[in-house]
Amino acid sequence: MNPLLFLLIIPLLTIFGIALVNDVKKVRWVSAIGMSAQLLFSCILLFLFYQQRISGNTDAMLFVSTTTWYESFNIQLKFGVDGISVSMILLTSIVTFAGMFASWQVDFLSKEFFISLIILAAGVFGFFISLDLFTMFLFYEMAVIPMYLLIGIWGSGPKEYSAMKLTLMLMGGSALLLVGLLGIYFNSAPAGGRLTFDLTEIAKVHIPLSAQLFFFPFTFIGFGVLGALFPLHTWSPDGHASAPTAVSMLHAGVLMKLGGYGCFRVAMYLLPDAAHSLAWIFIILTTVSVVYGAFGAISQKDLKYINAYSSVSHCGLVLFALLMMNETATTGAILQMLSHGLMTALFFALIGMIYGRTHTRMINEMGGLMKVIPFLSVIYVIAGLASLGLPGLSGFVAEMTIFVGSFQHTDTFHRVSTIVACSSIVITSVYILRVVGILLLGPITNSHYQDLKDAQWFEKLSTVTLLVSIAIIGLTPFWLSNLIHEPLTEMIQHLTK
Amino acid sequence: MRLEVLLTVMILCQLIADLSDRENNRRVINTTLFFFGIITIVGFIPSSSVDLFGSMFIQDELRMLLKNILNVSTLIILLQSTGWLTKPDNRTKTGAFYLLIFSTLLGMYFMISAGDFLMLYLGLELATLPLTILAAFDKGLKRSAEAGIKLLMSSAVSSSVLLFGLSLMYGVYGTLHFSELALLTDTSTLSVLALIFFIAGLGFKLSLVPFHLWTADVYEGSPLPVTSYFSVVSKGAALFTLMLVLYRVFGHQPRVWTLVAYFLSISTMVVGNLFALRQKNLKRFIAFSSITQAGFIMLGFVNHDALGMNTIVYFMLIYSLSNLAVFGVLSIVVNATGKENMDDFNGFYATNPRLSLIMLLALFSLAGIPPVAGFFGKFFLFTAAASKGFYVLVFIAVLNATVSLYYYLLVVKAMFINKNETPVPLLSVSWYERLALSICLLGIVVIGFLSVVYNYVLKAVG
Repeated sequence: MNPLLFLLIIPLLTIFGIALVNDVKKVRWVSAIGMSAQLLFSCILLFLFYQQRISGNTDAMLFVSTTTWYESFNIQLKFGVDGISVSMILLTSIVTFAGMFASWQVDFLSKEFFISLIILAAGVFGFFISLDLFTMFLFYEMAVIPMYLLIGIWGSGPKEYSAMKLTLMLMGGSALLLVGLLGIYFNSAPAGGRLTFDLTEIAKVHIPLSAQLFFFPFTFIGFGVLGALFPLHTWSPDGHASAPTAVSMLHAGVLMKLGGYGCFRVAMYLLPDAAHSLAWIFIILTTVSVVYGAFGAISQKDLKYINAYSSVSHCGLVLFALLMMNETATTGAILQMLSHGLMTALFFALIGMIYGRTHTRMINEMGGLMKVIPFLSVIYVIAGLASLGLPGLSGFVAEMTIFVGSFQHTDTFHRVSTIVACSSIVITSVYILRVVGILLLGPITNSHYQDLKDAQWFEKLSTVTLLVSIAIIGLTPFWLSNLIHEPLTEMIQHLTK
Repeated sequence: MRLEVLLTVMILCQLIADLSDRENNRRVINTTLFFFGIITIVGFIPSSSVDLFGSMFIQDELRMLLKNILNVSTLIILLQSTGWLTKPDNRTKTGAFYLLIFSTLLGMYFMISAGDFLMLYLGLELATLPLTILAAFDKGLKRSAEAGIKLLMSSAVSSSVLLFGLSLMYGVYGTLHFSELALLTDTSTLSVLALIFFIAGLGFKLSLVPFHLWTADVYEGSPLPVTSYFSVVSKGAALFTLMLVLYRVFGHQPRVWTLVAYFLSISTMVVGNLFALRQKNLKRFIAFSSITQAGFIMLGFVNHDALGMNTIVYFMLIYSLSNLAVFGVLSIVVNATGKENMDDFNGFYATNPRLSLIMLLALFSLAGIPPVAGFFGKFFLFTAAASKGFYVLVFIAVLNATVSLYYYLLVVKAMFINKNETPVPLLSVSWYERLALSICLLGIVVIGFLSVVYNYVLKAVG
């Protein structure tokens, strides 16, 4: 049996397990065991992947299995992974694992909460292992829809509004995407023969230029909505601010990466000519995303809004780098996806923990937290430093690679947009350091804060897992870039030929 | 032919059953359900194709499949109606209810099996007239009487429009026989007009915009089992008839009707959605949502190949089960409490978690959210339209699907998120109702994953 299927079977079994038990504690433990198994299996998958590569298997995709599903449409259940998807799977399982422990204390309808959370995660896993556009789209929508209930039931603030806005905007995005995918499908056999949804097969044919130009915007914007492409990012701040902690973590950490991954793997890879002709429009939009998101973060007072806008900025950087279409920049983009996924998950976890203690997320209502909750505060500082790109942590590696890569273009347009996007580094440090200064340092502003308790074991587990991963990427980025090097070379060759 | 014979026997038996103890209708209900269950099963036994009465009556694998879909839907509705029928007001009318339902069903069989427009018209009238009585079945209620008279008037108009179309058709082609018509081609304005009149006549039954004005009032006024019969079986029969005529009789000259379908599809989706957005009464809500769904179905008609037909049948099958699941939950609530507004469902999950989950899945299926069956039905319909290059139409449709998600989520929100001081209490669900909901649920969850179902449709369409 294909080992990849375990990535779907383990969440499924966990859901059944949760459905069978009733007690809150048991629900927690069943989900914790399930997600730990998932994390363990992802590590095993990485090991198996390396083993295959070392033993001389040079196929672009490993662990490929194909089962015909709908014969007449030529829809197949085709699964397989390359280095990029393996790293994304690893990211997803780390964030899910951490999110599980960060939401340890959810006691209102906890059973339903964990089930929805795991459905969401299963959708993401399914997306990353699919090599067939139909199943990819299926898992994509499956990952989006539990968000409505997760935000609507367990969220805070204007949760119903945010949940509806997020769901409808993302589903509107998938409306565009559907048209794009159908367009690709019906042009997948220009020379006659069977139409196919198979990603690797479509990459081999040359789709007519007129069709590419027509369907590229649909596909790219469709995925771009999920990747918070300006001006369709507005669901992100509201959605993230209202979502419960684990959902913000998963959503900003993983789900937004689906957007970047899809833009690259589907839109650009399958429609390369159009990607070249139309890239300039999207480079402008993503440059705006990067700078606008950073400025948005400066002007916010709510911790979650700050982080949500910073996500818009960082995810904009991912798309920006992908559109540069050279190997260095795209390597940076993948690194940035991983790095931002871990960082932002850590931020949201910490914000949730701080909010659980102080019951406010407004930065000017808090102060001096370093004195009362040193563990969480120190981690917050480290995460902040990673976010503004301090060497030794993951943010530096990713951003450095991106800007070096995008500066390799010699024309004025690319250079100017790179310089503009670069300015976000400075703006980022403004809002990060400002928050650290007001929130953590200085005198304790509220006498109630004297009695706050520092992190409990599950909170420590959650944050330390993320922090260690960030440090690993920051200190030893080469094993990751080795992992993603081969597929990227192949894809960039395909894009530039 | 055996289904028609068996059903006619059933109808005659109902006349005798009505002579039994009218205050205690349990036995009548049980036996009727038992025998109709048998008829439904008989429908699935494969049989050879037949042509009877000089091709006036055609029976083949596809028509058998369509009848089976109607049978299963009717069986589910009858199972769901038991709670309503055992109420004191309705006990004395049990025999009449079954008699009328089966008569309309018989009419629909003839519509589907027709090999000649005259036969089709006869079937249509047999299917329509008893429906007007059924709409006015709660004779004490003013709105039910209003529903009956509204339906009668609009049916009369639509029948006459259809008949006018048929008379023009006879004038152009000189025959009303399907097998002869399928060989003739005509491009004159008159033949275009005839076809448009015909589509408009059936468009009333399908409640396509702009022929939809009766729908909401009739759905709201009729008793709930009748409403579900309208929105699933009656609509299904009209759809299948339209499909068979357009694809099998006018399939060789598709230019006009694909164009008509194109515009009907857009207007139906958009108007249905816009009205559904603001409904508070769930019966009216379902009325407009099913108008929107009819708009999606019309999307299949822009593809005049077999692919269009496959996806239409497949979508209708899934739509029937999803809609009936919604009606099943709704009828349990309405029978127990008489509440049918969206606000009454606030906090429903806290008291009735299972029913809420069924409702959730059914609504997701209607909205086309994976992994439930509705996603597959919609995706394939969109594929059918896109395969002819109608990407703009597909885009409009998918946007409409997103808008429709909004109001389906409103119901979800009411059940799961909104708080209520006095929620609907925990409801007891009878075995019949459980069986009905189980069939629907099984269909919604399983059909999408099993490509066998689609392949079966594919084979039947041929």
